[in-house]
Amino acid sequence: MNTSTLNTSKLNTTIDRTDDQIYEPLDFDGPTRLRVVAFPTSEPATGRTMLQAQGLHKTYKKNRVSVPVLKGVDFAAQQGKITAIIGQSGSGKSTLLHLLATLDRPDQGEVHFDGHRIDHLSRRSRDQFRNQRLGMIFQFYHLLPELSTLENVLAPIMIGRSAFSYLMNRRSIHNHAKELIERVGLGHRLHHKPSELSGGEMQRTAIARALVTNPDILLADEPTGNLDQETGAGILDILKDLNREQGLTIVMVTHDESIAKKCDAVVRLSKGRVESVV
Amino acid sequence: MYKFLLCWRYLRTRWIALASIVSVTLGVATLIVVNSVMDGFTEEMHNRIHGILSDLVVESHSSGGISDSKWFEDRIRETLGDRLEGLTTVVAVPAMLNFSFNGSNHTQQINLIGIDQQSYASVSDFSQYLMHPENQKRIDFLLKNDGYAPGRSTFPESGWNYRRDMARLRKEIERETQRNRELRRQIKSAEVGSLSLSESMDKTTIGGVTSSPEPTAQAAGNSSDIASPSSTPEPTGLAASSDLENQPSPESLQQESANDLSSVDSAKQEATELNPPQSDSTTTEMMMAGPSLKLSPTDPAARAHYFDSETDTHTGIVLGISIGSMRYRDPHGDVKDLFFVRPGDDVTVALPGAGSPPRAIDESFTVVDFYESKMSEYDSTFAFVPLDRLQKIRGMIDPTTGKKSVTSIQMKLKPGVNLAEARDDLRAVFPPDQTMVHVQSWRDTQGPLLAAVQLETTILNILLFMIIAVAGFGILATFFMIVVEKTRDIGVLKSLGAPGSGIASIFLTYGLLLGIVGSGAGVTLGLLFVWNINSIAALIEKITGREVFDPTVYYFSEIPTIIHPAMVVWVIIGSVLIAVLASVLPSIRAARMHPVQALRYE
Repeated sequence: MNTSTLNTSKLNTTIDRTDDQIYEPLDFDGPTRLRVVAFPTSEPATGRTMLQAQGLHKTYKKNRVSVPVLKGVDFAAQQGKITAIIGQSGSGKSTLLHLLATLDRPDQGEVHFDGHRIDHLSRRSRDQFRNQRLGMIFQFYHLLPELSTLENVLAPIMIGRSAFSYLMNRRSIHNHAKELIERVGLGHRLHHKPSELSGGEMQRTAIARALVTNPDILLADEPTGNLDQETGAGILDILKDLNREQGLTIVMVTHDESIAKKCDAVVRLSKGRVESVV
Repeated sequence: MYKFLLCWRYLRTRWIALASIVSVTLGVATLIVVNSVMDGFTEEMHNRIHGILSDLVVESHSSGGISDSKWFEDRIRETLGDRLEGLTTVVAVPAMLNFSFNGSNHTQQINLIGIDQQSYASVSDFSQYLMHPENQKRIDFLLKNDGYAPGRSTFPESGWNYRRDMARLRKEIERETQRNRELRRQIKSAEVGSLSLSESMDKTTIGGVTSSPEPTAQAAGNSSDIASPSSTPEPTGLAASSDLENQPSPESLQQESANDLSSVDSAKQEATELNPPQSDSTTTEMMMAGPSLKLSPTDPAARAHYFDSETDTHTGIVLGISIGSMRYRDPHGDVKDLFFVRPGDDVTVALPGAGSPPRAIDESFTVVDFYESKMSEYDSTFAFVPLDRLQKIRGMIDPTTGKKSVTSIQMKLKPGVNLAEARDDLRAVFPPDQTMVHVQSWRDTQGPLLAAVQLETTILNILLFMIIAVAGFGILATFFMIVVEKTRDIGVLKSLGAPGSGIASIFLTYGLLLGIVGSGAGVTLGLLFVWNINSIAALIEKITGREVFDPTVYYFSEIPTIIHPAMVVWVIIGSVLIAVLASVLPSIRAARMHPVQALRYE
C-alpha cells in the first residue's frame, strides 16, 4: 500500500492533536503522582528531545550467569524525527527499545520522556504511560488472534478506558478506529481475524493499533523484519507519511542498513554500547 | 472492556477448557440428582412417620399403663392450652397373632394398639392408610360387604360377602364330612353287628376328641366357626358336648376346609361328589340318629353359645398389611401380593392382661381392614382394635371407680407450634421420677432413623463436592496450559498498557464464566434427570433387565424426588466458587508475567 491512497485532509481532522479531539482525553484515575506523565500534548514539532536515555545498563541473569546487554547507553530521539537504532543481533537494540518503552527497568541510568523521568515510576503509572503516550509495533505483529482487525485496533482504548466509558463513547471511538484502519488501507478487512490476514496487513493493523490512542511517540521493533522487500517498503512508507504529515516521532529498531539510511537519525549499537550517532 | 471481550472469545474458542468443565457439569448434575432423591426419600419418610406418629406422646412403659388417664389429660390440656389441636388415649401392648393359612397355623408377634375411633383421627393420619374407602373416611371396626382397596387389582375378594361364602362352604364341607363319617361308622357297625348304633357313636366321638384335643383347638382358631369360648383350653359341660356334635373329624376337616381360594374350588367339587350318598336311605336314617346336630341351630339355648361366622363377627381388628400379606416377585418379574388373611377372616390374638402378674388372654377378632403406611416397620407389626374393647379384655377398667387405664396419650399440636418447647413444658409437668411417664415428640421416637438419613445425605454431599473439587484441579491444570499458550498475548496486552490486575481478571472472569457454564449445564442436566428419573429408571431396567428401583423393597411405586431451590442455588454457588478458586493461581501467574519475557516467547 502506498501513500497515494491516503486522505491527508481527513487525517488532519482526526489524528492531529491540535484539532478538537473526537473523543475525550483519557482520564488518569490513579494517584496524583501519575500526573507526572500528563504532559502538554499540543506542542508544535520544534525538534526538542522527546525521548532520552542516559547511561543505561541492563544485565540479564540466566541460571546464575550474568549476561550484560547494555553497558551504559545514551540515547535521544528528537520530536518529529525518525530515529533508527541499528546493530547486529545481540547488540542490545531490542533491550534498549524495551527500556525506552518502560516494558523493563534499567539496572542503572534514567529514561526521560519529554523532560520527565519515567523509568522509576510505579508499574501502574508505566502501564498508563504506555497505554496513552506510546505506540508500539513489533516484528511479529503481536496481534491478538481471537480478535478481529477492528477489535485489535480498539484494544488499547478498551484497556485505557473503563467499560462504561468505552460503551458510552462507542460510536466515536469506533469511527476513529475505522478511519485509522482506512488510513493504513485495510478498510475492507475490518472483521477479519489475524489468521486471515497477510503479514503486511497484520503489520498495518498493528500500526493502526499503535496509533489509536494518539500517542506522542511510536516505537517500532524491526517492523519490516518479517516481511518481504515490497511489503516492508509499504510499511515504511506509511511510517514516513505519518512522520511527515503529523510530525509523529518514531523510534525504529532495525538491522537493515538500507532502512536506517532513510531515517533522520541513526544510533548504532554494538555489544551493548553506542558505536556512533549520525 | 477488553477483559470481557477476551474471556468471551476464549470461552468460545478454547474447547479444551469446556472439556475440563464437563467434570464440573457432571458433578453438579450428580449432586442435584442425589440431593433431590435423598430429600424426596427423607420427606416421604418424614411425612409417613409423622402421619403415623402423633406430634407428642406421653407414654408409660408399664403394661398396666397410666391408671388415671383423666388426670393426665386435664394436666396436658392445662399446660398446652390452645397449642393443642387434638388428644387421644391409646393402649399399646405386645401380643401374638394366630391365623391359619392353607391348613397350617401361623403365629407371629404384633403390636396390638387399642385406639379410640373418634379422637384417634384427630392426632394421626391413621384412616388414610386403610384399604376400604369408607374406613378411610372414618373407621368403625365393622366388616364391610365388599369394595376393599378399589383400584388395586391384586387385592383378593374380601369383606362380608367373602366371609359368608366361606362360612357356607365350610358348613357344607362340615355336613358332608359328618355324613361321610356317619356312613363309615354305619358300615363299620354293620361289620361289627353286635353293638348298638348309639353306643358306638358316643364312643367314637369321645375317643376322637380326647385323643386329639390340640387339633380341635387349632381348628377353632382356624376355621373360626366355633364360638370363642369353646376354643379356650378348658371346654366343659354342655358347650363342650354341643361343640363335639358339630366338630367333624379334625384331620379331614383340616384338609378340606383349607382357607385358600384355590382349594375352595376343589373343595366344592369334593362336596358335590359326596352328594350322591345323601340320597341313600341309610344316610337319612343316620341323620335322624344325630338329633342334637339337627336341633342345635333351632334350639335357643344352644344358639346362645353358637357363633355362626355366616352372620356374626368378632370384634374388628385392622392388621398391618405386611402381617397378613407378602409381597413377592413372580417368575415373570411382576410384583405381586400374596394374602394369608383378608378382611372377613377371623384371627386369634394372645395378649397379656393388665394385672400383675400378667396373665395371657386369648381373644378372637375379625379382620375388618388392612393398614398400609408403607413403613415396613409399622406395617409388619401394628394391629389396631377398638380401645374400649381392649381395655375391657385386658382388665384395664377399674371395677369400682370405672376409671380406665391407658398406656399412652397422644397429642397433635397446632401448626407452627414449637415441638421441642411443648415437649419440655410437658416434661416439666410430668417429672419422670414422680409420674413414671415418658414424654416424647415424634422426632425423638424416630430420631436415630432421621439422624442416619441426615448423616448419609451430608456424607454424600461432601463426597460429591470433592468430585467437583477434583474437577477444580482439572480446571487449574487446563488454565495453566492456557496461560502458557497465551503468554505472548499477555505480553502484548501488557505492552499496550494493560495492568497485571486486568490480565488476572481476564482469567478469573474466564474461570467464573466456565464455572457458570459448567454448573448451568449441570443444573439443567440434573433437573432433567430428576424430572424424568422414573422413565430413566424404566429405560435402564429395559436395557439391563435388572430392576433399578425395587418396589418390593421400598414400597414406593416411583422414586420420590424433591428439588429444593436453595439446594440448587448452593450447589451452583459451590461449584462456581471452586471454578473461580481453581483459576486464581493461573491468573496470578499470568499477572506476574514479565512483558519482555512474554514478548520474547516465540
